[in-house]
Amino acid sequence: MINLQPYENPGYFVLLVIALLPAIIVRLNGARSHWYETLVSFVFLFLMFDGRKWTQGVALIGYTIWQYAIVALYIRYRTKKDSPNKFSVFFWSVVLAIVPLTVVKFTPLFDHGQSSIIGFLGISYLTFKTVGMIMETRDGFIKDFHPVKFLQFLLFMPTISSGPIDRYRRFEKDYDRVLTREKYLDLLGKGVDRLFLGFFYKFIMGYIFGTMLLPNLERQAMQARGGFLDLSWPLVGVMYCYSMYLFFDFAGYSLFAVGISNMMGVETPMNFNYPWISHNIKDFWNRWHMTLSFWFRDYIYMRFVFFIMKHKWIKNRVTIANLGYLLLFMIMGVWHGETWYYIVYGLFHATVMILTDAWIRFKRKHKDAFPSNHFTKAIAILLTFNTICFSFLIFSGFLDRLWFR
Amino acid sequence: MAVKDTVLDILSDLTGSDEVKEDLDKNLFTSGLLDSMGTVQLLLELQSQLDVNVPVSEFDRTQWDTPNKIIAKVEQMQQQ
Repeated sequence: MINLQPYENPGYFVLLVIALLPAIIVRLNGARSHWYETLVSFVFLFLMFDGRKWTQGVALIGYTIWQYAIVALYIRYRTKKDSPNKFSVFFWSVVLAIVPLTVVKFTPLFDHGQSSIIGFLGISYLTFKTVGMIMETRDGFIKDFHPVKFLQFLLFMPTISSGPIDRYRRFEKDYDRVLTREKYLDLLGKGVDRLFLGFFYKFIMGYIFGTMLLPNLERQAMQARGGFLDLSWPLVGVMYCYSMYLFFDFAGYSLFAVGISNMMGVETPMNFNYPWISHNIKDFWNRWHMTLSFWFRDYIYMRFVFFIMKHKWIKNRVTIANLGYLLLFMIMGVWHGETWYYIVYGLFHATVMILTDAWIRFKRKHKDAFPSNHFTKAIAILLTFNTICFSFLIFSGFLDRLWFR
Repeated sequence: MAVKDTVLDILSDLTGSDEVKEDLDKNLFTSGLLDSMGTVQLLLELQSQLDVNVPVSEFDRTQWDTPNKIIAKVEQMQQQ
């Protein structure tokens, strides 16, 4: 049986673009065909979860029913006349929505590395979407439950496996509108550009760093073990090479997902915005895997800080901000997986955030003591770049092999 | 008029700088004057001083990123 994993090889793009061609032609005539685009999406979702992946397909169906029920019931509860809008109902809706993801994430830990039978590719990203919906319903911004739009949003084919994470209210606007020929042509052009840039990123740069260079450097680093902490020059090479691979591979994938979305008339938000020119770690998180970091920022960090400050549980604002960073990055770390290196990666980023804030406060107090020119800016970018690459060396898990295997 | 002064006072308080009063079109986020923590403080101050209730969900950075835009938003929300 044919099974096609999204964006895996050039052949996938040929098939997908040919399948989308009628939809593109319809859109070029200033119209659109929801049913045809849905059909293409359904076929490609089917091909993603059939054959050897059929158990994942069953898991996806079960998961969809589960989330559908929670979101539908919560929106109905929240929007009925004189809704009591209780915190407990909101709280338990969020808990129920993240139960499947939590089970999937913790199964390997308790079941000798076995993966859970209710897991499927993309479960995290779908969970981010529904939890976001529940939060915005709580705030009164999602006012009705529309079954078709909910499913279109949740199961949007171009982004199902790894994001970017869209938001319901934004997606709904794109889904409802009909673009004029000129506007669509413009969007289509952007989409095609993104696909080609994605090819360059993932299939050329990602291949050079990930397949040609990285395994050699890793082998050399393993052979050079024995010194202080097994440090060696090849290990430094692994650090930079892995960081480049990670960026080109994931940014390439994200460009595909956004490019295909554009062809379907949807302006899925971008995931990367020149992360390597960040001048500090806060700037970096506004540029790297943006839809994920903004999700964590809006739905965890800001809500946590808002809640604590409103109830005046902690007075000191610096303490609240720092606790927020720890909470956010620990959750992000555990979400990547329950291994020491993901958790250390989270702690490392939280620590750098806290130190950066302290540094910014210090600079504000002593405004005239620090020059700001091209040279200091270059130093800031260089320092940030190296800090990030070091964090990705932790993230890569290579240190686990280097030290403990 | 009152809204404008109150918002500007809150902003200069939060950012620890008078830049926000000098350039009302300055981007608060790209310039690093305001971060997520500052944003939450802004929302809470708007609530207590001007009685406008802005939920975190409503806070789309692109619509709130300059003093002028914030003033316009607050005035618009007060009229509702």
